[in-house]
Amino acid sequence: MTDFLNVLALLSNFAIVPGLAYGSQLALGALGVTLVYGVLRFSNFAHGETMSFGAMATILVTWALQARGISLGPLPTALLALPVGIAITIGLCLVTDRLVYRYYRQEKTQPVTYLIVSVGLMFLLGGLIRFIIGPNDQVFNDGTRFILKAGTFKAMTGLDQGLAIKTSQSITVVTAVIIVCVLFWFLNKTRAGKSMRAYSDNEDLALLSGINPERVVMVTWIITGALACIAGTLYGLDKSYKPFTFLQLLLPIFASAIVGGIGNPFGAIAGGFVIAFSELFVTFAYKKVLAYLLPSGFAPDGLVQLLSTDYKFAVSFMILVIVLLIKPTGLFSGRTL
Amino acid sequence: MRKVFLALAAATLLTGPAVADDVKIGIILGFTGPIESLTPAMAAGAELAISEVNDSGSFMGGSKIEVVRGDSTCIDSAAATAVAERLITSDKVNAIMGADCSGVTTAILQNVAMANGVVMISPSATSPALSTVADNGLFFRTAPSDARQGQVVAAILKDQGYKSAAITYTNNDYGKGLADSIETNFKKVGGKVTINVSHEDGKGDYGAEVAALAQAGGEILIVAGYLDQGGKGIIQASLDTGAFDVFYLPDGMIGDSLPAAIGDGLNGSIGDVPGTDSPGAATFEKMASAAGFKSGPFAPESYDAAALIIMAMQAANSTDSQAFKGKVMSVANAPGQKIFPGELGKALKIIAGGGDVDYVGASAVELIGAGESAGNYKEILVKGGKNTTVRFR
Repeated sequence: MTDFLNVLALLSNFAIVPGLAYGSQLALGALGVTLVYGVLRFSNFAHGETMSFGAMATILVTWALQARGISLGPLPTALLALPVGIAITIGLCLVTDRLVYRYYRQEKTQPVTYLIVSVGLMFLLGGLIRFIIGPNDQVFNDGTRFILKAGTFKAMTGLDQGLAIKTSQSITVVTAVIIVCVLFWFLNKTRAGKSMRAYSDNEDLALLSGINPERVVMVTWIITGALACIAGTLYGLDKSYKPFTFLQLLLPIFASAIVGGIGNPFGAIAGGFVIAFSELFVTFAYKKVLAYLLPSGFAPDGLVQLLSTDYKFAVSFMILVIVLLIKPTGLFSGRTL
Repeated sequence: MRKVFLALAAATLLTGPAVADDVKIGIILGFTGPIESLTPAMAAGAELAISEVNDSGSFMGGSKIEVVRGDSTCIDSAAATAVAERLITSDKVNAIMGADCSGVTTAILQNVAMANGVVMISPSATSPALSTVADNGLFFRTAPSDARQGQVVAAILKDQGYKSAAITYTNNDYGKGLADSIETNFKKVGGKVTINVSHEDGKGDYGAEVAALAQAGGEILIVAGYLDQGGKGIIQASLDTGAFDVFYLPDGMIGDSLPAAIGDGLNGSIGDVPGTDSPGAATFEKMASAAGFKSGPFAPESYDAAALIIMAMQAANSTDSQAFKGKVMSVANAPGQKIFPGELGKALKIIAGGGDVDYVGASAVELIGAGESAGNYKEILVKGGKNTTVRFR
């Protein structure tokens, strides 16, 4: 029995708790990608950098607050700065839409052109971010670091394996749940949300029923900006903020959106968790787990690891390829909101 | 138009001989990249030696030395090679103080320095592979090889009573060389290495890497990485999950920025960095603070590297690498009068007068084998959020 509890603690500490936090971050990122795809019908490659920009804006506001001695006690000050960060990110999304995407919309350009335009925007934003905050690591997490420390858990339960839960991990999960609930309420219950869904479902029919397309697009960018800023800030709080990592994050985010069915918000959330947990469990070393579960003497000498952790991103690729081969529309058939 | 060309040609002819008297030394260090917090003090150390010589006025009949800085990036061999190429062919440096990290140092040596026949003295490239690399006698280092650091690490771990350790290293020449050397030596003294794996620098999250290390277990985690990069991420993630409580920090991980970034969790961790208790080290620290910078890891070695280049030139009475490369070993080692930091002017006078010097410098330089430091190390203990020196080895 203790062996089983030890295994549970071990897996929770190194895979399940980090996986929940990472999955929430991916889900929030993938929701943004999916909304843009559902309404504007293109894959927004600039989304990773938009997240980075949002996190950067939040960090700058956090620093300003910290300099004035304002804090949230045990919670990170960044939560206080987040609304301002969101406002700035929404502003960025609306400005880029106005300056870049609106032109292509009026020209009724092919989706592939949009895609290339978003790649260009991605590089532009990446440069701008490094210009403003620099390419280095920024640590902006303050407040209490842990809800539960590994040592405290060991003393509490008498188990050999510790379990640590970081404040940032629980904030990530709680925020993600709240955001997702609000988003679904918005899409299903409000007038603006319904018109977004109608527009995404059938553009011509929506136009005939008197829905203003520019308004739908604006609402989409506002939601996308807010989601990107929240996702980027949570990722930065939980890990560390480094501008370069958001380019690497783009792959798992797109994989999440496509695995769940691009254009489908529910699929984006499911996809986020599928990708996060597969990345962690495929590269996990099961040596100690087996040592607990197998009779003594049978414990393996090697690490019992399917793939080295260096291949973490390859896991997202593999899942992406498998899903596209077997069920190209994704787990929850995508395309419309 | 022709007149302009003629004027230009005449100007070149006139200024040519005057420029030839001036000596240029290139300083190639990773001013950006994973050890960027160490390199400003290193460059300042080398420039301190050069300005000391310039002030003394006794270098090769009063010649002045000019410094040209270049960025090695520490990790990007192509960028480092391009910078070295520019310094040698366009700025016409006579020698190079650098580079810093082992990978880029090897790349510059093989692609640029050997092709152009320019002497390089590195203050911090420590890969064991550089001891045996073909160098036409052009490469020296004031840093010891990691083959030696491996012995020191094993001895420290044994003295502290650690019997098993996990090793993770930054995936490059430096990390691999050091990790293998530590593993071999630790096994020799009866220790057990549970795992020896690489990590990539520049990631946002090292949770998965730490999970694998934790499954292998071990009493201490040896992090042969860089303090401003993956090394920091690994330590942070290990502390967060409670995977490891104590860490061993080899030379690339020693610096003030690491305890500052990690905080109390790092207290009790141990490490090592090249250093000596010779009087030269203390003198150098005083000179550094007088010059307005704080001495750090590899800063004394940088001072010594620049000093060795200058004294070898003086001994050969030539700034041609082919001529003075043979003099580096003789000015660094006995016999001769011992030279400490701040005495470079005196040393140059002795050499000019036909005497012999034995350069001790800031890091107790003693060049062995193919021209590398024999190796003195400071044993470090992180206490109260600061790196403190326990003793010397």
